[in-house]
Amino acid sequence: MRPLRLAPALTLALMLGPVLAGLVGTLLPAIGVLPALGGSTPGLGPLKALAGWPGLAGALWLSVVPGLAATALSLGIVTLFVAGWQGGRAFAALERALAPLLAVPHAAAAFGLAFLIAPSGWIARALSPWATGWMRPPDLLIVQDPWGLAMVMGLVAKEVPFLFLMTLAALPQARPAQRLTLARALGYGRVTGWLKAVFPAVYAQVRLPVYAVLAYSMTVVDVAIILGPGTPPPLAVQVVRWMADPDLSLRFLAAAGAAAQLALVIAALGLWRLGELGLGALGRRWAEAGRRRHGEGALQAAGLALATLSALAVIGGLLGLAVWSVAGFWGFPDILPDALSTKSWLRHAPALAGPTVETIVIAAAATGMALALTVACLEAEHRFGLSPGARSLWLLYLPLLVPQVAFLPGLQTFALVAGADMGRGAVILGHLVFVLPYVFLSLAAPWRAWDARHAQVAAALGAGPARVLWTVRLPMLLAPLLTAAAVGCAVSVGQYLPTLLIGAGRVQTLTTEAVALASGGDRRIIGVTALAQTALAAAGFALALAAPRLVWRNRRALRGA
Amino acid sequence: MQEDGLALDRLEVWHGDAPLVALDAHVAPGEVLSVMGPSGSGKSTLLAAIIGTLAPAFRVRGHIRLDGREIGALPPEARRVGILFQEELLFPHLSVAGNLGFGLPPSVRGRAERAARIEAALDEIGLAGFGPRDPDTLSGGQKARVALMRMLLAEPRALLLDEPFSRLDAGRRDQMRRLVFARAAARGLPVLLVTHDREDAAAAGGRVIELG
Repeated sequence: MRPLRLAPALTLALMLGPVLAGLVGTLLPAIGVLPALGGSTPGLGPLKALAGWPGLAGALWLSVVPGLAATALSLGIVTLFVAGWQGGRAFAALERALAPLLAVPHAAAAFGLAFLIAPSGWIARALSPWATGWMRPPDLLIVQDPWGLAMVMGLVAKEVPFLFLMTLAALPQARPAQRLTLARALGYGRVTGWLKAVFPAVYAQVRLPVYAVLAYSMTVVDVAIILGPGTPPPLAVQVVRWMADPDLSLRFLAAAGAAAQLALVIAALGLWRLGELGLGALGRRWAEAGRRRHGEGALQAAGLALATLSALAVIGGLLGLAVWSVAGFWGFPDILPDALSTKSWLRHAPALAGPTVETIVIAAAATGMALALTVACLEAEHRFGLSPGARSLWLLYLPLLVPQVAFLPGLQTFALVAGADMGRGAVILGHLVFVLPYVFLSLAAPWRAWDARHAQVAAALGAGPARVLWTVRLPMLLAPLLTAAAVGCAVSVGQYLPTLLIGAGRVQTLTTEAVALASGGDRRIIGVTALAQTALAAAGFALALAAPRLVWRNRRALRGA
Repeated sequence: MQEDGLALDRLEVWHGDAPLVALDAHVAPGEVLSVMGPSGSGKSTLLAAIIGTLAPAFRVRGHIRLDGREIGALPPEARRVGILFQEELLFPHLSVAGNLGFGLPPSVRGRAERAARIEAALDEIGLAGFGPRDPDTLSGGQKARVALMRMLLAEPRALLLDEPFSRLDAGRRDQMRRLVFARAAARGLPVLLVTHDREDAAAAGGRVIELG
């Protein structure tokens, strides 16, 4: 079983190798070293050039402030909602809505939100003309506003479901029912009691996901292109623009920008950590001060309203995409189009067939590899009694903490130097870096929770390790395996930057196509493309839900899983 | 020296540099040896050592011999030591017949022959016709009987029992005890029973060793 023993090392190499290589490939040109483009002596040239770029202050600001704001808001909404509603009916309802919300790719959610809040969007239409008096879309810069507010909203709408999922996973270990009962028996209100008695234990568990949200929100490119300001854009978007410039000398500037972005994320994570310590100290004083209630009703209502709003932003946005994709003539301020037609779908379907197939091939390949590696790692852990420490969790989160824009340009640069053709295969390996952590995180808990005495019984019945794996463990874990695969597919389908940068613009998926449409503003084709993108991600989850019920329709113990 | 049955020759299980549990005993074919001890006394660790599924963090000293053959270094699937747990642990993805088929050695060839053997086994435990059923739809007593028969079909040379009766209600417990001990005796299997229930040990009728 030697190959199995090597699985953890191989997995780490495939996951972290590209990240580390990419960082080197980014940092060297940032100090002027890129022999292929004539840079051979290290120097501060590129960094000086970056400092001289007039948009720098704005670009930095648009990375830090919306990033911190989106993270704090998402965490706050999730915390307030869980504090006020855990165990209740509203909680169960949002829990059910979670998988579909998570499946919606960032770009599609961002387009959907734009369709809601734009001056000619659904909200303005619903209020016009009776409340606003508008007979024409007002000349307001709501989407792509210079402060990045729309971008923050788009990020929050997608990060709330993610942090909610992570909180759900962390909750059982915090023993919330006992702690909350205890606090309430001491006279604490529901929300105050939860915040004082349960939250600290939960936060300790969701810290890494929160860091990942912060790093992501600061450096997101697709959402920023769709909802964020353009002049100047957030730093990550500007780096991508420089990378795409035909003037190759701008690669040095791009590398300097990427290096600056990396430093900025590290600094922001440090700042967040300091904030944790400070708020932690304040929180302990608050808990020890013993006040029992702080406007419980209002806090509960706020938690529910904000969580519902963020869910509606995604669901309403999808509806908007759907209606636009079948809209005939749709004048302002009509709430619905005059006529519905399949014309947009029929017209754009042929052009989208290629990217759709490409998306599926890449997602299937990356997910298949991730699933095989994850199963191999977990099985090695089981057979050889390896015990993963806290450090391995950090390693798993590393690809989610290092900004994509900080290491993907480096990979492209390496390809440039090597003269390699970065085609679909390279893009698949690039997706694998991000698909792996999610597949692993999704599968590890159910895999480890499996009652290993089944393996003991099977061995006592004469079954070797391979037979136990293939005929007992994998079939019994079919549902979690498929869920992990669906998560992996959704992550792959949603990837923008790895496809764009590693594919050097030549690998076109539904996501790159959709984001490329952002500047055009043809809502019908945007609706069609973003909806097709969402459908692919959602199809995976639907399959993962339906298949075990079908396969195990006569096996009661496995149907519900 | 040829000795039949299960010999635990100064068997010790260590974790790090501390001994967890030790046992020196010989169980003759058809004999039941009961090992009693409170929870945490290492009973399950002892059984895992004998069937060979201890986590690598544990070390085993001494010898385990089955019918005179040293099995301590063999992988679990080659030891021919059967085990029954407190839970039945029927494989939920296989039918009742599928579970029995999992235990039936591949040397029984041919689909018809295997099906006949499985049907005969079901008949033996009063569950004729239950083959296609979902194991999850069986009662606790029925599941326990299927688990026993699955183990016996694998033709083990010794049987380990890890508190296998404690989940059954009083009436069924007695019935199941008698069934297990009778089947084991009929096949001449040495049986090692670990339990914290004096009644189990008394019903087994053999020697009793106290742990920890």
